[in-house]
Amino acid sequence: MIEYLHLRRRLIDRISSIWIVLSVMLLLLLPLAIGLGLAIESLPIVKAFPLRALLTSSDWSPMEGKFGFYTFIISSVWVTAIAFVLSAPVCILSAIYLTQYAHARVLYIMNLIIDVMAGIPSVVYGVGGVLVVVPFIKDNLAPLFNINSSGYSVLAGGIVLAIMSIPYMLNMLIDIFKGMSLEIKEASLSLGANVWQTVKFVLIRKGSSGIVAALGLGISKSLGETIAVLMVVGNVARIPQNMFQPGYPLPALLANNYGDMMSIPVYEAALMFAALILFLIIMLFNVFTNILIYKQTKE
Amino acid sequence: MSNSAIVRIKDLNVQSGNTAILKNINVEIPRNKITVILGPSGCGKTTLLKSLNRLTDLQPHLKISGSIFIDDEDILQVTDGLTRIRQKMGLLSQKPYPLPMSIYKNIAFGLKIQGVSDKKIINDSVERYLAEVGLWDEVKDRLHSPASRLSIGQQQRLCLARGLAVHPEIILADEPTSALDPISSKKIEEKFIALRDDFTVIVVTHILRQAKRLADNVIFMYYGEIVEQGPPEQLFEHPVSPILKDYLNTGH
Repeated sequence: MIEYLHLRRRLIDRISSIWIVLSVMLLLLLPLAIGLGLAIESLPIVKAFPLRALLTSSDWSPMEGKFGFYTFIISSVWVTAIAFVLSAPVCILSAIYLTQYAHARVLYIMNLIIDVMAGIPSVVYGVGGVLVVVPFIKDNLAPLFNINSSGYSVLAGGIVLAIMSIPYMLNMLIDIFKGMSLEIKEASLSLGANVWQTVKFVLIRKGSSGIVAALGLGISKSLGETIAVLMVVGNVARIPQNMFQPGYPLPALLANNYGDMMSIPVYEAALMFAALILFLIIMLFNVFTNILIYKQTKE
Repeated sequence: MSNSAIVRIKDLNVQSGNTAILKNINVEIPRNKITVILGPSGCGKTTLLKSLNRLTDLQPHLKISGSIFIDDEDILQVTDGLTRIRQKMGLLSQKPYPLPMSIYKNIAFGLKIQGVSDKKIINDSVERYLAEVGLWDEVKDRLHSPASRLSIGQQQRLCLARGLAVHPEIILADEPTSALDPISSKKIEEKFIALRDDFTVIVVTHILRQAKRLADNVIFMYYGEIVEQGPPEQLFEHPVSPILKDYLNTGH
């Protein structure tokens, strides 16, 4: 009897550990499977055209069998870079103000606002972009530079994206600054540093790996954001010469075209290839961020 | 005036919400002596220590009234020049908190803040103060490696050196040996005794034996109040209050 119970317990133990291992394996395999699936699906186009041509050509007319992705890659870079330049400094400075200078109540209220902002569906940000940002660029901003713009532009995409990434990045940054011990601040202040010097020389340094991670994750998220950007960015497959011109980022390409015109040869493979590029860029970016974090925490 | 009290506290009250953390503190701390603030955990020792260089400002829920005179200046009234007051005091906390930079820069930090940019002065200070705490020989070959790689005991001595480098008058130490091994603790204690000639040292501790080893002057606190204060012979040999008698018997 005791023998049986013992066996039973070992069996249960074995089964539960198999389950745990399986779930972890599944989580590990999922991104691999997605990557692999995309790679297999995009094989036809990679076979049909040299990789270099696909990535560096800006000639996009599927009807004529021309598939150059350069325009889309550059548009994604434009939109993401604009979003990053606009949101990162605002987020870092706000996080510093909210955690180091502001009254606790202000931080509390701001946390509520962040939650609300994060909860708004991205299509609503898109509508806001169409109603506010696009006309503002068309009527006010572009004329300032003597440029004729419809307003639908990579700048509009970047602005909308910046607003959308703020709650996401700010939330992470607040956690980083809030998590820093009181004692390290006391150490710096007791050496005669003022609050700003403490922030600049000690806290930012102490939290640098976390800050890099937060910004990196913010960019990854921006790269993949689709619908709100699609609504304001213009979706014209031409390389934008300045930020007031329309662009066509990779996610928008996928969202606009998948399911249509599938009779064109290798078109589906081309879209899968676009997804693969996006996947690889985001993955590379995450790897790069993680290497940075690893290097910093090792110090 | 070298014999007069360097710190004079008058009617100091600190409140957090409705709880009084410090009640009617009146005390004078003599110059160039080691003053030990003794008492059980949670009796307000640390708060008293931190109010001396206004680190209590970091906890906005604390309400402070009364006055603290340091060199005859009421620091609770100061609105401008807080950094100047804080530079008069070096702080040593329960656990060492080296700044997130190299050993060298940890010492140079305070000087740079003061506006010293002369490389030679900084180099000399780094060597001098590291030597002062007996760390120079241990770290001279790796001055530019991160301070976080030092052992805890070394880190605590680094924190002391970094505090000394800004030329304070007072050393505030909040249970400075509680995270350290016996040998490192001994080094810190010996350092305090040596520092007494040039500095005023204020040590918070709940270790009775440490208090006996170090003190020239003892402040015994219990639940936010000063129960007894005076020279160690008097307090430890002839305690007056029942609380202190009890504390001396049981050790806590």
